[in-house]
Amino acid sequence: MKKSELKDPFEDARKATGLGEMNDQNDPVKMVLGLKDVRKCAHNWKTFQSGATPGRIVVPSEVNIRTTRQIPFEVDPPEHKAYRALVDTWFKRPLEEEYTKKLTAQIDAIVEDVLTKDTVEVVEQFSLRLQSRALTLLLNTPYEEANTWIGWGTHVFRSEGEALDGDKANLLYDYIDEQITEAIKNPGADLYSVLLQSEKDGKKLTREEVKGVMILTFAGGRDTVINTVTNAIAYFAEHPESLKQLKAQPETITKAVEELIRYFSPLTQMGRVVTEDTQVCEHAVKADTRISLCWASANRDEKTFENPNEIVLDRKVNPHVAFGFGTHNCLGATHARQIMRILLATLSEKVDTISILDYKENIEDLDQFKRKVGFDSLTVKFNAKH
Amino acid sequence: MAKITFITTDNKRITLEGTSGSVMQLAVDNSVAGIDGDCGGVCSCATCHVHVAPEHEAKTGQATEIETDMLELNDHANAHSRLCCQIEITEALDGVELQVAESD
Repeated sequence: MKKSELKDPFEDARKATGLGEMNDQNDPVKMVLGLKDVRKCAHNWKTFQSGATPGRIVVPSEVNIRTTRQIPFEVDPPEHKAYRALVDTWFKRPLEEEYTKKLTAQIDAIVEDVLTKDTVEVVEQFSLRLQSRALTLLLNTPYEEANTWIGWGTHVFRSEGEALDGDKANLLYDYIDEQITEAIKNPGADLYSVLLQSEKDGKKLTREEVKGVMILTFAGGRDTVINTVTNAIAYFAEHPESLKQLKAQPETITKAVEELIRYFSPLTQMGRVVTEDTQVCEHAVKADTRISLCWASANRDEKTFENPNEIVLDRKVNPHVAFGFGTHNCLGATHARQIMRILLATLSEKVDTISILDYKENIEDLDQFKRKVGFDSLTVKFNAKH
Repeated sequence: MAKITFITTDNKRITLEGTSGSVMQLAVDNSVAGIDGDCGGVCSCATCHVHVAPEHEAKTGQATEIETDMLELNDHANAHSRLCCQIEITEALDGVELQVAESD
């Protein structure tokens, strides 16, 4: 029962000093590991800013592969609020009835499809397809567009064996440039067009600003959703009784989704740039260095979570930070939650058991820590209910 | 059956009746503005933040430690704050008034 397990490599450091260290392209990161400290630092946007050089708050840093500022992600208050207000309502669309119906139809079809196969490589044939098709709903673009994104493969910025790949990143940026040009020529009801018509402080958004939002939308919800979906399949493969539990009590699905997301913590950490000499966990941190908010460590903090390293599907109180905390919390959370809720409902309805045939783990190299975040590949057989 | 009154941030009064479940769910099911319940009620998102009228605090009880932790850094939190996903509907709640908190 170990293949679906995601161990917590941060425990010792979290209990000892509350901090970890990571050298990343000569811009070292002090990783904040405890839940309360993570929340405090996330809240203090003045000292721990997001509006630094574009790419710098991502770990590993993207300063060498991008110049476009991701919006609202890499903007500080007060300007942040104006940008966020432009997109908040759009990113709540996944709760609408029409959206939910279409997403359900998509997930239904993909589950039906894998039930007919002898073997399925989940990452490429299930999770990536599910993520990309769902993204067409979020962007309100034609369904066929998903084929382009599926064709990019599982890593937007990374190639096999390389942490960051500038060429692959340019693939995405060029694609977005093309879509923006098209939306300017032929305005529609897609997110590009809506953004191009949006106004901030009385002025329409520039191409660069629209690009900033779109890069974020693609990058933010790709690996995270793919890993969450894949990890869920691995979990249910090893815990078929959980699927039965969800079928018998579908009202527990929302809690189950939160618990899975807490345990998986698909976004391990997010950085901030320190703006003034200060202290974190009684350690000095200097201005113009980086800290990171280690969501994955915070989500296993034994001070808050009982049995933190267990998936307790009906965990009733679950103050996790998998979607971040504070003003920059995840815009895509509504969409991600809908995907997971519908996925769990569909699996519990149609799938009896899942057998793992082969797998290769995806382990993040965080210098002091090695963290399993998901799978590079996971080959399974889905077995239908009779 | 408990009658629960929500007062929205633009001062609309909405009185609802509930028998069970969380106060948050009752609000969400009836589209009370300002109560979103993004996390489905596990005390993770603070989008169900209300202020309990002081004279009714006996009905709801005090916030739990998890709630106060979540609200600790919230600029709109005060001594009467509750995250209403953690308030179960019972007879004892009858007549309670809850002010929907401002959010950023």
